[in-house]
Amino acid sequence: MKHVDCCIIGGGSAAISCAISARKFGVQNICIIEREAELGGILNQCIHNGFGLHIFKKECTGPEYAELMIEELSKYNIEILLSTTVLSIGVDKHVQAVNSQNGLIDIMTDAIVLASGCMERNRGAISIPGSRCSGVFTAGSAQRYLNMDGYLCGKKVFILGSGDIGLIMARRMTLEGAEVLGVAEIQPYSNGLNRNIVQCLDDFDIPLYLSTTVTKIIGEKRIERIELSKVDENLKPIAGTQREIEVDCLLLSIGLIPDITCLNRLPVEKDARTHSVIVNECNEMTLPGFFACGNALQVHDLVDYASMEGEATGRQVAYYLQEGFVQCEPRKVKAGENISYVVPQRLRIDNIRSDCKFSFRVKKPMKNCVLRIMADDQCIKEIKKRYALPAEMETINLEKEILRNEWQTLHFEMREVYE
Amino acid sequence: MEDILIIGGGIIGSLIAYQCSKFHCNVTLLDKENDIANETTMANSAIIHAGYDPEEYTMKARMNVRGARLYASLCRELKVDYKQVGSLVLARNEEELNTLRKLAQRAKKRGINTEILNRSELLMQEKNLSDEVIYGLRCPQTAIVTPWKVAIAAIETAMANQVKCELNQEVIAIEKMEDGFLVKTQEKEYRAQMVINCAGLHADDVHEMACGTRDFEILPRRGEYFVLSKDCAHFVNHVLYPCPTEAGKGVLVVPTVHGNILLGPNAENINEKENVDTTKNGLEYIRESVGHLVKNVPWGEVIHSFSGLRPASDRNDFIIEESRVKDFIDVAGIESPGLASAPAIAEYVFENFIEPKFHFSKRLYFSHRQKNIEIAKCSDADKKMYIEHNPRYGEIVCRCEQISVQEIVNCIKRNCGARSVVAVKKRVRPGMGKCQGGFCEPMVVKILAETLGISPLEVDYNKKNSPVLLAKKGEDE
Repeated sequence: MKHVDCCIIGGGSAAISCAISARKFGVQNICIIEREAELGGILNQCIHNGFGLHIFKKECTGPEYAELMIEELSKYNIEILLSTTVLSIGVDKHVQAVNSQNGLIDIMTDAIVLASGCMERNRGAISIPGSRCSGVFTAGSAQRYLNMDGYLCGKKVFILGSGDIGLIMARRMTLEGAEVLGVAEIQPYSNGLNRNIVQCLDDFDIPLYLSTTVTKIIGEKRIERIELSKVDENLKPIAGTQREIEVDCLLLSIGLIPDITCLNRLPVEKDARTHSVIVNECNEMTLPGFFACGNALQVHDLVDYASMEGEATGRQVAYYLQEGFVQCEPRKVKAGENISYVVPQRLRIDNIRSDCKFSFRVKKPMKNCVLRIMADDQCIKEIKKRYALPAEMETINLEKEILRNEWQTLHFEMREVYE
Repeated sequence: MEDILIIGGGIIGSLIAYQCSKFHCNVTLLDKENDIANETTMANSAIIHAGYDPEEYTMKARMNVRGARLYASLCRELKVDYKQVGSLVLARNEEELNTLRKLAQRAKKRGINTEILNRSELLMQEKNLSDEVIYGLRCPQTAIVTPWKVAIAAIETAMANQVKCELNQEVIAIEKMEDGFLVKTQEKEYRAQMVINCAGLHADDVHEMACGTRDFEILPRRGEYFVLSKDCAHFVNHVLYPCPTEAGKGVLVVPTVHGNILLGPNAENINEKENVDTTKNGLEYIRESVGHLVKNVPWGEVIHSFSGLRPASDRNDFIIEESRVKDFIDVAGIESPGLASAPAIAEYVFENFIEPKFHFSKRLYFSHRQKNIEIAKCSDADKKMYIEHNPRYGEIVCRCEQISVQEIVNCIKRNCGARSVVAVKKRVRPGMGKCQGGFCEPMVVKILAETLGISPLEVDYNKKNSPVLLAKKGEDE
């Protein structure tokens, strides 16, 4: 049995940043466990531009961003297990993993960081009716087939969902000679970043159909057609609006969910809103010494933000190992009106050093709105915003001073202001 | 010349082939699909009903009661999972309670244990029962299996004992010759003394080829299902049935051998024998109906929906008989409880038609099937041993189900090996988890291509000619 101070599960941007920062803050024995043969996670298949503007102050491709991170990591002599899959994690912080070289690997660790990224929602999750023929893919698997394995999974492509990977793949497959017939989004607004709508759809004349969804998949062996329908304000298909489109491929870009499969048997509290674990101000789960960051904790819009969260978490791991946290009854943080979630969900004020960063998303696009943070009945912060979009994660730092008073629950709420 | 030609490799054809393989005989099984068990056997409720449900004096009742008794030992022989989880038929009013009493009486006559429980007794066994439920009939004998795994294991064992299995062979003509039958497919011709028609949904068409008449009609009845993720493993512990009606057993809640939950099926008569589409209405009906049995359904955990066709017939009972043409045996109309009845049907066909004609002698040396190595289920010591012996057992492809490269290679290399992504999924489960193949499907395609020595472009998703990939990057048509 091998012993380490901190074991990080996953080898993407959040994991690497977390490892570097933990080391910088003095954690000695760190071990990263990565499933793939190289570090970098999903960055490796994202060969498009647009990464790194915040962290590296320049525009990189996914693999370039990964390379910069890995280069930095290599300065710190941190143990990395590649092509290694975690099989189980015990409450006693016993991590069991496996690879072909070492066989079973048993590691005891003092701190665990879950940085295992996210997975794509798929056809099963939204139960699209119709045939179970071939030719239906999540956008991310299509991206992997194309950028990693060198194969196109369709030539006449339609995309359901305006998530960023779908938009990126619309452009990518067009550049590879496929015909992308359109993107349908069930919501009346797009779910991708605005720059991706412009650069991936508008620039290639690919139509975006809002309030529209795929209501049937048709095809005997391979997909042959899809049925599109308009939806009403309750997102229900409107009878009589169906039309069929001939395709040989349907890509789904209908959202990402944190991948916390590794935690299966652990008694940690989960948040139905983030589909991940509940964490406190230190990104620590409800089990002491278990941390989460990156897309495994909440799905980020930009890899830079996942890195930053990893970095902050690495620092907390160091505090945990060196000084321990002040144990006190955590107070609750809740998503109120028009807010879909807030992270962290728990606060132990005494562990906040100077301020605490909160991340949240709004439920629907809003204009001229006010964010109010309520400590029970009292508003402790009010910020006006010109607009807010579900596709864009919002963050806010609250100083320890204004959080210090007596209260039970902190509510985040967003309201439109009518003038 | 074969002794016996079996048409159709579903659970029925497979188990008849398996039964024959215990004897010295020449048997060939044909299936039109690129894999065994790819239609009805692949998509049903996966329950071994105890046998109190079918009406008196029917083949269904007789076969079901006997079949259910044979299953545990059959699954042991075949080394496949069998779990006796028990079942509850739930009643919501006094009238339904009367039905439970009738079922209990019928069960008693057939030697099946049951007991009627009141609501508080029920709640001790199942915490998520709907508030409407007031009584339930518990039957401890009800069991669950993975139907296609039973069929595949049966064929694999049969093949290890000289039975031949030919896939992608759709029968297009059958001629009665003086000394037997000439059976034609698009590519090949087969001669056999006896033909057993286990063609499921197409049994009436195959019957007509041999007999010239349609003496029965198969009336496909479609059933749709939802699958919940393994995170809901203990949402229910028993198979839950509503009170049966004229229309059938109704929408059920069923735990699976692997820890998922099935919700379904509805029942819709349709005219197309290949139409396994799911429908908006069908799925909505299931959503509404399960509410009568359970509450707190974790709908957010739905990972898959599918549908299957039950090959019901216009005779309302199983058809297991010699047709008007001598030595052409029909095993048709095997709708529910067909899975539960399958071992009894195989036994019946062997004893009543095969044995009297051929008097085969029993094999002295019968090869049993080697069980698949499943890393996820191994002890630490076994894991270490297997990986040391072959490092590819340590390369995990499917993170949801923890399946290694070598397990996939093995299932392709077996005597009735997987030839498609779905065939691999049926045997070792990559893609059955929460990500539904989002991460592992590209790897499975790669392993299939490498192991079979074909291009990834030639790898089918499910049926023949259902490619996953359409072109190599940077290459024009």
